[in-house]
Amino acid sequence: MSEKRLSLSPARFLSARRRHRSAGLVVLLFGLLAVGSAYAAFAPDNAVADNSAQSQQIEEGKKLFAVGCASCHGLNAEGGGNGEGKQAGPSLIGVGAAAVDFQVGTGRMPAMQPGAQIPRKTPAYTPAEIEALAAYVASLAPGPAVPAEESYDISKATDEQITRGGELFRTNCTACHNFAGRGGALPGGKYAPSLMNVDPKHIYEAMLTGPQQMPVFSDQVLRPEDKRDVIAYLNALQQQKDPGGFGLGRLGPVSEGLWGWLVGIGLLVCVAVWIGAKGVKAKGVKAE
Amino acid sequence: MSTTKDFPPPVKWVDDRLGIGKIGKKNLRKVFPDHWSFMLGEIALYSFIILILTGIFLTLWFKPSMGEVEYQGSYSLLKGLHMSEAYASTLDITFDVRGGLLMRQIHHWAAVLFVASMMVHLLRIFFTGAFRKPRELNWVIGFGMLFLGIIEGFIGYGLPDDLLSGTGLRITQGMIQASPVIGTYLSFFIFGGEFPGNEFVSRFFTIHVLLIPGLILALVTAHLFLVVYHKHTQYPGPGRTEKNVVGYPLMPVYMAKAGGFFFVVFGVTALMGALLQINPVWLYGPYNPAEVTAGSQPDWYMGWLEGSVRLMPGFESHFWGVTLSWNLLIPALIIPPAFVTLVALYPFIEQWITGDKREHHLLDRPRNMPTRTGIGAAFITFYGLLWIGGGNDLIATHFGVSLNNVTWFLRVMIFLGPVFAFWATRRIAISLQRSDNDRILHGLESGIIMRLPHGEYIEKHTPISTYEAYELTARDRILPLDIGPETDENGVRAPKRAINKVRARLSRFYFADSVQKPTAEEIAEAHAHGHHDDHEELGHAAEVPGLTGTVEVDDETAREQITKH
Repeated sequence: MSEKRLSLSPARFLSARRRHRSAGLVVLLFGLLAVGSAYAAFAPDNAVADNSAQSQQIEEGKKLFAVGCASCHGLNAEGGGNGEGKQAGPSLIGVGAAAVDFQVGTGRMPAMQPGAQIPRKTPAYTPAEIEALAAYVASLAPGPAVPAEESYDISKATDEQITRGGELFRTNCTACHNFAGRGGALPGGKYAPSLMNVDPKHIYEAMLTGPQQMPVFSDQVLRPEDKRDVIAYLNALQQQKDPGGFGLGRLGPVSEGLWGWLVGIGLLVCVAVWIGAKGVKAKGVKAE
Repeated sequence: MSTTKDFPPPVKWVDDRLGIGKIGKKNLRKVFPDHWSFMLGEIALYSFIILILTGIFLTLWFKPSMGEVEYQGSYSLLKGLHMSEAYASTLDITFDVRGGLLMRQIHHWAAVLFVASMMVHLLRIFFTGAFRKPRELNWVIGFGMLFLGIIEGFIGYGLPDDLLSGTGLRITQGMIQASPVIGTYLSFFIFGGEFPGNEFVSRFFTIHVLLIPGLILALVTAHLFLVVYHKHTQYPGPGRTEKNVVGYPLMPVYMAKAGGFFFVVFGVTALMGALLQINPVWLYGPYNPAEVTAGSQPDWYMGWLEGSVRLMPGFESHFWGVTLSWNLLIPALIIPPAFVTLVALYPFIEQWITGDKREHHLLDRPRNMPTRTGIGAAFITFYGLLWIGGGNDLIATHFGVSLNNVTWFLRVMIFLGPVFAFWATRRIAISLQRSDNDRILHGLESGIIMRLPHGEYIEKHTPISTYEAYELTARDRILPLDIGPETDENGVRAPKRAINKVRARLSRFYFADSVQKPTAEEIAEAHAHGHHDDHEELGHAAEVPGLTGTVEVDDETAREQITKH
């Protein structure tokens, strides 16, 4: 050790003064200077390179997040507890903009109260605010982006595509959402919601992100054109008038049985009572 | 001979060759009693006729084949899809045959009403005791028709080969496979190989349009023949006894009534077919074993079976390389046949318990057989709970409750519900009997309060009318079976003692708590008492004249009459 000290005189100089009273202060100043210059060297550069509008949006989203979402999802979207050791909201890092756009755009988030399932309701945020929130969450880690409009544009869907979408729908979706997209029950108070009057974008995003009980249908499982075809079939179903009259909710034989008993048998029994009262009773009363 | 002369020429021509005058003379004047509840079976008969008429129309276009075709009809959402000929032809009937959809829907609604009206008819027969001697066999025939009607409906639901019916068949195939030992063989036999195979539509079609309708037609004939032969039952009322039928003749009154009712039934069914969409097979899509839809349910009459399967926890046991699926065996292969057999044999069971071998043409008022009415309510509750179980998913989504909670509630209630229904119904019936006795003995509360000279307040009672008194008392005394002493005077034990003890216990269970109608002396005494109470000319009808029209005897004579063969 002493040999080293002898060979390097500046080191020896420092070494001699390292126990000096102000040495700590000097090191601290050096450190601060280094960090400061490093920050000055990188940070302003980034800000300049970035789209300033987007960073502003993220900033805005972050503020909205802190007010509306952070109480459950944590201040940095890392997920939060409810104070009793249970999760109040999952981590949103990596869920992507599509998930935010779906959850907030369909009004499911912010949730009013925890329950078996968060229901769809009127959105609490404006489209611009939703975009900002999505941008903020997307900035945390990569995840599925909000799909481009042409990917769910069904205005040019051909009959063939719609038929294909129907087959995909029956194979992948009807088991929970019912043959006409009217929804169905899942265990423990959960349910597959009705797909009627849902924005095509939101259906696309739901397939992409798998909200709540729904499995994820990634682009490798259901390719973008498959998703579009499913949406086209759903749209055609919704537009379609029931050719057989009143559709009874398109729920299947349960509602048919209910109508058969209440309306059919009910009506016929009323008529039977009427015919029964017409004959002997009326005459019998006269005879008495 | 004088009547044949009066016939107009065409009728005479027919009469000369077929002798319809004689048949008509005997039967056209046949008297039927009048009551709305006697027309429930007619709904079933008329729906059956509608089913045959619309069914014939449908067979003109339906192709009972599993051959694969590419759909090129006018329903665009399925265009170009590969499907069976059965399904494609159903779509053609729906969208490309003029009036085809209407006919399909009338056919289906008529099927719904057919089974429903048979069931309502059955309930009427049950609660009024119309199944008693001599009509036990007609009950069994009717039950056979109900059973065949359900099978017929289910097979018809399977014919279009759509996703929903295919799922239903798959469940049925699962039930068949669950039969121990023979399950797999049976499944291969019925479907001609692996499910679904290429056979079932053509096989089911023949059964649906030929075999079962033929059987039902034969049973309808026997059923109606027996109705004519036994004569129709009637409710108790003035002038009505076990030996007569009070009502109107077939011609012209019932020709008009029944004929008119046929058109009403046809009209209601046609309206439902025109306005209410049923079985939209185009929405279900063609059957593909890889697909399934939420809310896969059978038509209502199979709903209780669906429910019993849905409620059953998933038990399974394996031994000696055999799997026993209790989760299907119990709810599909044990409970339904047991329940159906119990209901089908009920007339014989009740007869054995009560020992009542007499003929009955006067109907029971349900309250006068509290135990039977209670049993009926228990049956309905049991059936109804299973029925609800079949739709547990829709109940969960529409009432915002948890599917698991619905299922667990029903799992408990399936045991408690029938017991409670039995108890409550029986008590209500007994209370109604008491209230009837009160009316007979004390008359109606007039609402007039009188104060007697010594300060006591009484309410005046007005006696009920003779007609009502007749109606209320036109029933038999019912007594628990008396099986006599353990040993005769020589000390020899009576034969079949153990089984008779069970029988006596059941008989006590049936009758012990029911209220007997008052005897003539009790009535006389009550009315004399009324006189005394009122100090006036109130409670006049000391003797209720209607009573003489019925079996008005003491317990001893009643017992002799019941057990006499």
